[in-house]
Amino acid sequence: MKFFKALLAVVATLALIWSLETKFGDLPPIAVFLNPATGFWQNADSKHIIKKLDLKLKGLQRKVIIRYDENRIPHIFAQNDHDLYFAQGYVTVADRLWQMDIQTRSAAGRLAEIIGPKALQADEYHRRMGMVYGAENSLRAIMKDERMKVMINAYTAGINAYIRQLWKRDYPIEFKLLDYEPEDWKPINCVLLMKLMDETLAGHSDAAAMTNVLHKFGPNVTNDLFPDRTMHEEPIIPAGTKWDFKALPLPKPAADLIASMAAPVRHKAKVEGIGSNNWVIAGKKTVSGYPILANDPHLNLTFPSIWYQMQLSAPGINTYGVTIPGAPCVVIGYNNHISWGETNVDADVLDFYRIKFKDDSHNTYWYNNQWHKTIKRIEHIAVRGQAPVNDTVIYTHQGPVAYENAAKRPKAYNDIPVGSAVRWIAHDQTDDLLTFYLLNRANNYDDYRKALSYYTAPAQNFIFASADKDIAMTVNGRFPLKFKDQGKYILDGSDPANDWQGWVPAAQNPAAKNPARGYLSSANQSPTDASYPYYINWSFGPYERGKRINERLAAMQNATVDSMRALQTDTYSISARDVLPTMIGYLDSGKLDKNQRQALAILTSWNKRFDANETGATIFNAWWLKFYGMIWNDEFDNSSLMLPSRDRTEQLLLKEPGSKWFDNIRTPLNETCADIVNHSFIASVNELVHAHGKPGKNWRWGYVKLTYINHLANLPGFGAENIIAGGTGSVINALVDQHGPSWRMVVQMGPKVQGYGIFPGGESGNPGSIYYDDMLKTWESGKLKPLLFLQSPAEKSERIKSTLTLTGN
Amino acid sequence: MLFILIFVLTLIAGFITPWWAAAIIAFIMAVYAGKKPAQAFWSGFGAVFMVWTILALVKSVPNDHVLAGRVAVLFHLPHWIFLLLITALIGGLVGGMSALSGFLVRRLLAK
Repeated sequence: MKFFKALLAVVATLALIWSLETKFGDLPPIAVFLNPATGFWQNADSKHIIKKLDLKLKGLQRKVIIRYDENRIPHIFAQNDHDLYFAQGYVTVADRLWQMDIQTRSAAGRLAEIIGPKALQADEYHRRMGMVYGAENSLRAIMKDERMKVMINAYTAGINAYIRQLWKRDYPIEFKLLDYEPEDWKPINCVLLMKLMDETLAGHSDAAAMTNVLHKFGPNVTNDLFPDRTMHEEPIIPAGTKWDFKALPLPKPAADLIASMAAPVRHKAKVEGIGSNNWVIAGKKTVSGYPILANDPHLNLTFPSIWYQMQLSAPGINTYGVTIPGAPCVVIGYNNHISWGETNVDADVLDFYRIKFKDDSHNTYWYNNQWHKTIKRIEHIAVRGQAPVNDTVIYTHQGPVAYENAAKRPKAYNDIPVGSAVRWIAHDQTDDLLTFYLLNRANNYDDYRKALSYYTAPAQNFIFASADKDIAMTVNGRFPLKFKDQGKYILDGSDPANDWQGWVPAAQNPAAKNPARGYLSSANQSPTDASYPYYINWSFGPYERGKRINERLAAMQNATVDSMRALQTDTYSISARDVLPTMIGYLDSGKLDKNQRQALAILTSWNKRFDANETGATIFNAWWLKFYGMIWNDEFDNSSLMLPSRDRTEQLLLKEPGSKWFDNIRTPLNETCADIVNHSFIASVNELVHAHGKPGKNWRWGYVKLTYINHLANLPGFGAENIIAGGTGSVINALVDQHGPSWRMVVQMGPKVQGYGIFPGGESGNPGSIYYDDMLKTWESGKLKPLLFLQSPAEKSERIKSTLTLTGN
Repeated sequence: MLFILIFVLTLIAGFITPWWAAAIIAFIMAVYAGKKPAQAFWSGFGAVFMVWTILALVKSVPNDHVLAGRVAVLFHLPHWIFLLLITALIGGLVGGMSALSGFLVRRLLAK
């Protein structure tokens, strides 16, 4: 009896320990996560920082001094390039290990390894689009350059020096939640992060949805509703700029357009607000007499913060700015001589080619009037809790065939056309890090142009200012030499004329330097006027943000840093100015009820700003969306079709009020522009009343639109919710839902450069650190922080709070 | 006596060993110094409960409970104090069960 009691107790205890040590479903093993010795409590960083720390690290050649300021931004002082990038890797990973791990895993299609079968489709998608294939190609090219080889290997060594000395208790909390362990960093991870940028900023195609439009409506309607140039234009390179080069002849267009697809495709629209602003104003228009440069890249905002701020200093380099955690160099920033920044171009560098296979073995495909062999690449995908998956991807000379047929394609990716090969710039051998390596060290305009010539993708509008008082803009990337509209629709993969036929020479990329007007800017809009000889894409971001920036810069005299800061948070709506008077003009106020009349009164006196406390913004936004939907939703009645742009819709309203598109084909009546304006106003106000009560405080824009920042793994409690802020996709402060300015920077050039900047979040990636979101409030309030740019490690500053000294051994 | 032994040893071990070391300590100490089933259980429970509370607070207090607050939201708990309570209860339960097992084994050996 005693024996059984003892046995029972021991077995029960062991069972208890086992159950607390085991992962059930999505929950982490309970005791592993909760126990205070190695569990999450260990991630609670003390608010008291260690003022002075000396560490010996194997692999370092000389002493490195890292000074941390009040936001824990590291200022690294090394004595050679190797040690500089070693230290960059070391300090970055110390703050951002999990973010670096999960992002490279995602890019490499290795999420299922830690998350299990439910991540398998995402992994297969990344492999099938050729992300890993492209990263392997690029790494080979990068490692041929001695400077890049030293940099990437040192950066990798620095990261691993940190990872290898970690105890289990030190692992970032997300590893404990997901129950896995960090692994060694590899050089290819740096490249995978660049490919992830390609995916975000140059990994979209409307070709499938455009092909559906062409199939349904025919070429005349398609050309009319989806023109290559918009009604409103404000090109990045000032209109009328002369091209001082002899352009290459353009390739001949292919004979036929493909007008149907093998399987239906759902259209995934681009998000308005994933875009960015940058501008520079010349010295003749500033108080200081030197140029001021500004940049705010807009992205899907997440915690840990997208960017990591730092200063990098070594012989031949002293630069400050934001870096991508997991990639060496400063991406947007300044040094003592120049400053630079980027916005996205959205060049058409991803095309789909319809492939005709001989049979279901997919061994051969038809090209140039004969059968050619495909190449098969096998992707090994490890899956947690399951046998690994071997996924075979077919490659033609164009690139990978994303999904051979509809059966292979999961629902989550039904925006990808099947039976089509992908030709994507991300597959090419690219060496974009060399551009940043050189920009970090650039002294003048010539250095800047030289650095840019190595850049491939994602194409960016590189803004520039120098202490020599030069200002410049280059619409920069490696642009395929294309015939007009090549890739606007799905291309016939059997016709060699549809292949990319070479490249636009880098020196002929659209560019402007020191224009007479005294400023340059970009906001993702059309890069040039119609005179530019090459085809980059048929549609770009809308013109409104660029228009507003240019109007303000044109009006500015004696500009200061604060004028730039104010402009970055400007919420004036050019779109409202363009269309609201016409829309209100059509309204028949006699037919409105009390709430609708009140809404109209608010709208009439609205200052056209999307500020947090404006109710007019809420009404206009709802009205426009309803108006837009009422025009297009009847004819464009399924999700496979591309919808006409805002600009084309404005053109209907302003210039073609008799257009047949106003008629709702679902009613026997013949609706006119005036009818749709009135119906949409009444319907949208009624919906607002239904959702928020009578017109009043509850209608304020900042409270109606949602603004929030999620944790990368969407963990509740780890993000920032209910941010009350102004802005919307089509105004300069393009902040809406989870999209917005991921970094705001203003740099005053001069004999002594002074930068200002802020990002939503903080330097630490640890949700248990006070430096996780310590800059969020400043960002929310639209303020900037003066950036600390030290000229030597010994320079005195009250803002330096601690020093880390690294030595080799 | 048993309480103090488990408390001191678990506290020391807590900085260097995996969490289940507490179970081994409670078990062995109860083999050595267990007197009655209830005494063994509550000594193990109380000692590990307290050690885990202390260790958690040592990290969480200088953090102003920022992390505990976030994790509480993640697990839909109204306040981080519940998280601390659950942590301590789990530790206590493991300590108590292990000590009870230790005592029952001691009784077998003593025969």
